[in-house]
Amino acid sequence: MRRILPLLALVVAASIPLWIKDPYILNTFVTTGIFIIAAMSLNLLLGYTGQLSLGHVAFFGIGAYASALTSLGFDVTLFGKFHVVHEPWPVWTGLVMGVVVSGIFGYIVGKLSFRVRDAYFVIVTISFAEVVRLVALNWVELTQGPLALTNIPPVAATIPGYGTFEFYSKTSYFYLVLAVLAVSYVIISRLVHSRTGRAMIALKQNESLAVSVGIDVTSYLVVAAVMSAGIAGAAGALYAHYLRIIDPDVFLFVYTVTMVIMVVTGGKGTLAGPLVGGLIFGFIPVISRSYVGPELQWIIYGAFMILIVFVLPEGIVPAVEKWFAKNKKQDVSASPAHVQRAS
Amino acid sequence: MSELLQHIINMLVLGATYALLGIGLTLIFGIMRVVNFAHGELYTFGAYFVYLIAMVLGLNFFLAVLFAIVAGCLMGALIELVLLRKMHGADIDTTMLIMIGAMIIMQNGEQYIWGGIAKSVHSPFPQTPISLGPASISWLNLFVFVTALALIGAAYFLINKTKLGKAMRATFQDSDTASLMGVNIQRIYMATFALGSGLAAGAGALLGPVYVIAPQMGNIASLKAFAIVILGGLGSIGGATIGGFILAFAEEIGAGYISTDYRDAMGFLIIIVVLLFRPTGLFKRVERIG
Repeated sequence: MRRILPLLALVVAASIPLWIKDPYILNTFVTTGIFIIAAMSLNLLLGYTGQLSLGHVAFFGIGAYASALTSLGFDVTLFGKFHVVHEPWPVWTGLVMGVVVSGIFGYIVGKLSFRVRDAYFVIVTISFAEVVRLVALNWVELTQGPLALTNIPPVAATIPGYGTFEFYSKTSYFYLVLAVLAVSYVIISRLVHSRTGRAMIALKQNESLAVSVGIDVTSYLVVAAVMSAGIAGAAGALYAHYLRIIDPDVFLFVYTVTMVIMVVTGGKGTLAGPLVGGLIFGFIPVISRSYVGPELQWIIYGAFMILIVFVLPEGIVPAVEKWFAKNKKQDVSASPAHVQRAS
Repeated sequence: MSELLQHIINMLVLGATYALLGIGLTLIFGIMRVVNFAHGELYTFGAYFVYLIAMVLGLNFFLAVLFAIVAGCLMGALIELVLLRKMHGADIDTTMLIMIGAMIIMQNGEQYIWGGIAKSVHSPFPQTPISLGPASISWLNLFVFVTALALIGAAYFLINKTKLGKAMRATFQDSDTASLMGVNIQRIYMATFALGSGLAAGAGALLGPVYVIAPQMGNIASLKAFAIVILGGLGSIGGATIGGFILAFAEEIGAGYISTDYRDAMGFLIIIVVLLFRPTGLFKRVERIG
């Protein structure tokens, strides 16, 4: 069942463009898919290692900028004398650079910020995101600042013998996002079921005990941070080449909040959680936008977040799992085998 | 030299209001173990309240500042009652998520009520600044500085000299024992959150007329308050007071001599540097998390 369900979900998701032709809904699916990838990467830290990183949007934005700049090229002068010129590279190298650069930042931030925990960790990660945002805003030579990077080329793949294929239409981009999402899901799933994943869960549950049995906590946390940042970078790169324009607002705190709401609502520490939460919060705007303005929509987000913490503190997926488990147990208790054992 | 003197005067004015923000946040964290993400929204609330009373209703400016502080306290008490009362003993992440939810609701509520265009409050003070040798200070800034100092003094008096303050300090040290000694913990939590919120609203009410008032002004205020509190050590009131002045100093010097573009980055750089080298803050050795 656990193996079939994700495959089934993939098949259903892959069929979406066949029966949905409305470009607005399809567009929502693409952006929701991108944010689900980002939320999945956040879940790796928040759900599995228990570290609430509220600067996650930094990795998303770094991925977006790294990818856009790699494919657009840039020309900057460092420290007034070193002239750095970068010619535009093919777009797929941009995507790779988005992941790599983001991963490198994940390593640095992980190395530095995992010295502290709890409230301190949260505040360090927020600070990091804000510093990156201010750099993106003020380093105009590289990022164009508030004028934004425009004309970001669409993703193109060259298949030898078949020519070049541009992911320009919404349908094609949908499949590209779905493919990245599926790959990210598999990577995260493999990671959390590996030795590393078990170590991460152990230190989430009881860090001092994990340390005392010889788990090198910080190095596992750094592994998680690098993976998480890399996947968030991939999501950001996809975002940049989809919108084809990127400005420093991509680093706003509200995007981190969106990711956190998705993870917490769906269920942190579950593979399906970010998918469920992501779909819900990806589509709330679609449903609510015909009734209310953006401010009220955000107020609904905030209220929903508080409500979830009050009513379903573990999130939707664990609640559903629990409900199923309870029903199963009732079946077992009604079976004759159980009666025999009891007598 | 005159430039430096001017920076120091600006630093004192800014620092006193930052200290107000920091004291409120550090009290709430120290006593309730709640990371109050809505702190900046109470700052915004105070600023808009002054605008409401002084500009919309056209009443006295000083009355408006006083009302804003009282309204901030009431708002804080309400938040504690509705959102935090049931969450006693919940872990830090849980209450943090609730406060982020509250922050989103308040900020967008402000945007909904007041619109996105920044508002400004006209102060009743004369426009000509007071000349202090080569530097100068405006009457409004002097009023801000004096009032902020008075509020800081009032907070210190409340915490150190009154019975309520004693109960708060006892709760801070050990809430279970304090409870056994007959301290009504729920009342203390409510008083703490109300006091912290009132101080934040006071900072907003004072700085609002100096700058302009916009719904998003709370974001940066929250982050600055975090920087101040980390600088002084989470839960340390004296640390937060000094931390406020240090942050203001770093911003003034950074803006004056490095680049005005990165003025707001100073706080974050301070956070990162302090946490890397002295995670308990500059003035505190008692506690360390992690």
